[in-house]
Amino acid sequence: MKHIKTCNKATLKESMKKGGCGECQTSCQSACKTSCTVANQKCERV
Amino acid sequence: MIHQFTIDNTNIVLDVYSGAVHEVDDMTRDLIKELGKKPEQKEIPANILEKLSEKYPEEELKEAYEDILELSEEDLLFSEDPYSEYAKHWHKNSVVKAMCLHIAHDCNLRCKYCFAGTGNYEGQRGLMSLEVGKKAIDFVIKNSGNRRNIEIDFFGGEPLLNFDVVKGIVEYAREEEKKYNKNFRFTITTNGILLDEDKKKYINENMVNIVLSLDGRKEVNDRMRQRVDGTGCYDSIVGKFLDIAESRGQDNYYVRGTFTRHNLDFAEDVLHFADLGFKQVSVEPVVAEKTEDYALQEEDLPAIYDEYEKLAIEYVKRRKEGKGFNFFHFMIDLEGGPCVAKRLSGCGSGHEYIAVTPDGDIYPCHQFVGDESMKMGDVFSGTMDEKIKTMFESSNVYTKPKCADCFAKFYCSGGCPANAYKYCGDINEPLEMSCKLQQKRVECALYCAVKFQQMKEEQGE
Ligand code: SF4
Ligand code: SF4
Repeated sequence: MKHIKTCNKATLKESMKKGGCGECQTSCQSACKTSCTVANQKCERV
Repeated sequence: MIHQFTIDNTNIVLDVYSGAVHEVDDMTRDLIKELGKKPEQKEIPANILEKLSEKYPEEELKEAYEDILELSEEDLLFSEDPYSEYAKHWHKNSVVKAMCLHIAHDCNLRCKYCFAGTGNYEGQRGLMSLEVGKKAIDFVIKNSGNRRNIEIDFFGGEPLLNFDVVKGIVEYAREEEKKYNKNFRFTITTNGILLDEDKKKYINENMVNIVLSLDGRKEVNDRMRQRVDGTGCYDSIVGKFLDIAESRGQDNYYVRGTFTRHNLDFAEDVLHFADLGFKQVSVEPVVAEKTEDYALQEEDLPAIYDEYEKLAIEYVKRRKEGKGFNFFHFMIDLEGGPCVAKRLSGCGSGHEYIAVTPDGDIYPCHQFVGDESMKMGDVFSGTMDEKIKTMFESSNVYTKPKCADCFAKFYCSGGCPANAYKYCGDINEPLEMSCKLQQKRVECALYCAVKFQQMKEEQGE
């Protein structure tokens, strides 16, 4: 593709299948104590 | 749904529901904008071709249209929402997996923006007893179901004011975890005033993370973070923070600051941390009543947006030069990251995450402490108010009307319920100002991720 460069394998929908085990950290625990950000969290199962 | 934006001449298109991130040239950006929705026909619509051919060659436009078509068919552009049904029939069956222990409702600083009202949360100053701490550990074990990993954050006020109890609780939890097949992970937040060699050693041996509170440049920090006598704390803690950061191998900690209206040039503070040698940095916008002189105002937004962009560009540049660091809000994992369930559900306050006061009272999270109407019970009775719990449990990105057409929803997960409740009266109504800042941060984070991806490819070649 000349005009569009896709930067990632889009895995969001895939994650719905395995998702929801709940072993991950809560998101407000570490560096932010006043806001919610999940994008930088890790999955415990990877 | 898609979202397009440009930072530093880099055009980025996010396909919200698939999570695909694309970089496009100016022509394709304009073409996507004109199309506005999933292309329906095999060839580029005549009216759009006519309009854009004033600026771009027709052949190229046709090519770009084909690219767009192809990605749409692969569901990587203009993809539809596959999660709304899932969210509707979602029963979380959540268990408590994290607890914030308010070890001390007292503080040796008087930071002006403190949401705890200089440490005492509108209530009595007080220290948690070991007895309450043990009960809290029992409570979380009992309410954590099959979940193995349990996070405990020692918070305040200032937790180092009551460090013996911290140690006692850790020791007790270590005994109990064996009996119940749990794994406790401890974190602590401190202003550093009482940090010494012994405490450092203990923290490094026992805590998976430490949050070091400092706002940035000396004048910025000392304006807000002051001792009882009004003197700033920068000089007496910065050395200790650097030392503990080093002793942890520059990992598993955050130096964490708050920016206010007094330092809208907060990128300088982030870079100040980086220049000092900190590798893990988090600086967040203050949340405050609009009437406070340090509160961020609507009219400050353009300046804040510029500042975030400036920071993002410098952040990438430093990484390229081998002088990189992590900025909490710009960290996004494009390939992995949390699953959709996590992205929809958010912080977990009030059901997966709770806060316990020195007296043993339970609140949905540290920011609700002191609001009597949100008291959920106490660690002695061992139960939680089901009504409040359900209110939080049943809330997710799809129960918040405002989030429906927000591109940032899978990175933000619906904002901070405490801010929503405090300023809008409803946990499902996110605070507009926080949303605007969050959206900007997500754009910047995506920009950084795209640039880092490029870097990797260039290095690989
Ligand atoms: S930025 Fe606001 S509207 Fe968007 S997902 Fe977060 S809380 Fe919802
Ligand atoms: S309600 Fe807000 S402050 Fe409380 S845990 Fe959630 S995101 Fe954090």
